[in-house]
Amino acid sequence: MEKKELLRMYREMVIIRRLEERASELYQQGKIGGFLHLYIGQEAVGTGVVSARQPKDRLLTAYRDHGIAIAAGIEPKVAMAELLGKETGCSHGFGGSMHMADVTKNYWGGHAIVGSHLPFAAGMALADQYNGSDAATICFFGDGATNIGYFHESLNLSKVWNLPVLWVCENNNYGMGTSVERASAVKEIRQKAEGYGMANSRVDGMDVLKVHEATADALEYVRENGPYLLEAMTYRYQGHSMGDPERYRTKDEITKWEEHDPIGIFRKYLIDDKVASEKDLDKIDQGAAHEIDEAVEFAEASPEPTFQELVDSVYVEGVG
Amino acid sequence: MAQITMREAISQALMEEMERDEKVFIMGEEVGVWGGTYAVTRGFYDKFGGKRVRDTPISEMVIVGAANGAAMAGLRPVAELMTINFAFVAMDQIVNQSAKLHTMFGAQITVPVVIRAVGGGGRQLAATHSQTPDVVFAHFPGLKVVAPGTPHDAKGLLKAAIRTDDPVMFIENATLYQMRGEVPDGDFVEPIGVSKVQRPGSDVTLVAYSKMVQYSLQAADELAKEGIDVEVVDLRTLRPLDMGPVIDSFKKTNRAVIAEEGWRSYGVGAEVASRLYEQAFDYVDAPIRRVAQKEVPLPYNRKLEQMALPQVGDIVEAVKGVL
Repeated sequence: MEKKELLRMYREMVIIRRLEERASELYQQGKIGGFLHLYIGQEAVGTGVVSARQPKDRLLTAYRDHGIAIAAGIEPKVAMAELLGKETGCSHGFGGSMHMADVTKNYWGGHAIVGSHLPFAAGMALADQYNGSDAATICFFGDGATNIGYFHESLNLSKVWNLPVLWVCENNNYGMGTSVERASAVKEIRQKAEGYGMANSRVDGMDVLKVHEATADALEYVRENGPYLLEAMTYRYQGHSMGDPERYRTKDEITKWEEHDPIGIFRKYLIDDKVASEKDLDKIDQGAAHEIDEAVEFAEASPEPTFQELVDSVYVEGVG
Repeated sequence: MAQITMREAISQALMEEMERDEKVFIMGEEVGVWGGTYAVTRGFYDKFGGKRVRDTPISEMVIVGAANGAAMAGLRPVAELMTINFAFVAMDQIVNQSAKLHTMFGAQITVPVVIRAVGGGGRQLAATHSQTPDVVFAHFPGLKVVAPGTPHDAKGLLKAAIRTDDPVMFIENATLYQMRGEVPDGDFVEPIGVSKVQRPGSDVTLVAYSKMVQYSLQAADELAKEGIDVEVVDLRTLRPLDMGPVIDSFKKTNRAVIAEEGWRSYGVGAEVASRLYEQAFDYVDAPIRRVAQKEVPLPYNRKLEQMALPQVGDIVEAVKGVL
């Protein structure tokens, strides 16, 4: 991979983390409402997977969507504006944290009912297959979503119709506060693909380059052969959402995972491989922090959407 | 103009729209090789092939969900639910997704999906297969809910449903499939969200939709023998609800009865009566009456089922009650 792309990926991961850190502060200040699910710790999955897609490949994810939004190409200021409910947000302030999308970037949201977007992915892949395109649809979801009917119906349909979907399970070990062991009959989520005769693999989701490589291979498979399930082993350092009491895990466990911080791992790789110096990366960190400061300023200065805009967004076509 | 059945009218609309637009396709349980459980899509699989007439697994959540996704991606799916009772299995997709996606993402996503679902009681299918829960869907902004009562309107409205960029719940009534009516040959479209006077009259306004339009027309014929001149207004679309022709009629007659096959509580009758009281209170000469299903789950037993369902005689009685 070229140096320029490696540094772009590094910067993107740092941008995601800074955005989330600021979002957390703004939430505590009451400037962000609703639910807020942070992506901190999972950056290597979003950046690793999306860096391997082509622009024609569609992206969908669940409610922990800010990281994927940034990786998809949504500007931090536009994401931040959405978090603040502003008209300049990617969903005009109507969707909020859990519902970011930008279809011009082939990023189709941001979906908050667990599992509900998996059938969308099947339908979108069907549309591409129907139109004779070789685009793939990449659908992210958490480990918790693999216990809901949607997952099983969607995997089954994708295999029956041989749809070009890359199913990406971000296994962060917990569906809210319930661990995989306590909620899923099998510990390895990828095993569930076996029941549908679907090709699958597991990857270290804390290593962005491993994720990138696994995704590139999986996408090649999807374009040639049909659906594939990739399980990325990752960890979220923050609670499920803001206000999570975190009674279900220990400080030691979190510390252990933090030693495998995806940004730290990638930073070490870039320095050891002499792609960049410590100083170069510090400079990128500062630039990212500055961009997020500007994003917050932009979002705070942006106007609120009007009630009329909301009313006008209920239907596409006026009715008699 | 030809006399054709409701089934033929719906079938013609689907066929013509598929011929007109490559992006229109059908998906659902037994729509293809079987030819449709109510034979609406008989012959479609042979004509269009498996790409455009897609048999699905028995997976209602993913039938509607994948149709939503395909619609978001630019196709125009007609997803068929074998009966409207199975729509409850897919309720998250219909209510939380089809109805919300356009608004929730700031109008950048459109979902031009049609969900065809057949409902209605009177066929001894017992409680879970006999419901007329149309109002449930009409509760949600973002959906359009269409329920035609004549072959003519079924054809014209289904074409409109396929062509609109909004999600449409298109509700048919199983006991109407054999009903005949005049339908123009070839292409025509009826507007969604426009009520229609199906029979002019001057004494009482009788508001109905779907199967109750036919019952209301029969009731009007009976009442005409007694010199009572009933105007039948067909809502045709439950959301958006067009009260214009209802209010115009009511201002003339000052008396109204609303007939629906579903349960009375929180029903179409409640909504229409409430709007009449709100918007035309000065014209009220008698308390508005409602005809609807009794508040019981429908039984298998034929006699009891018919007792629970609204009948022509109930409508006749209600009209006399407001005079």
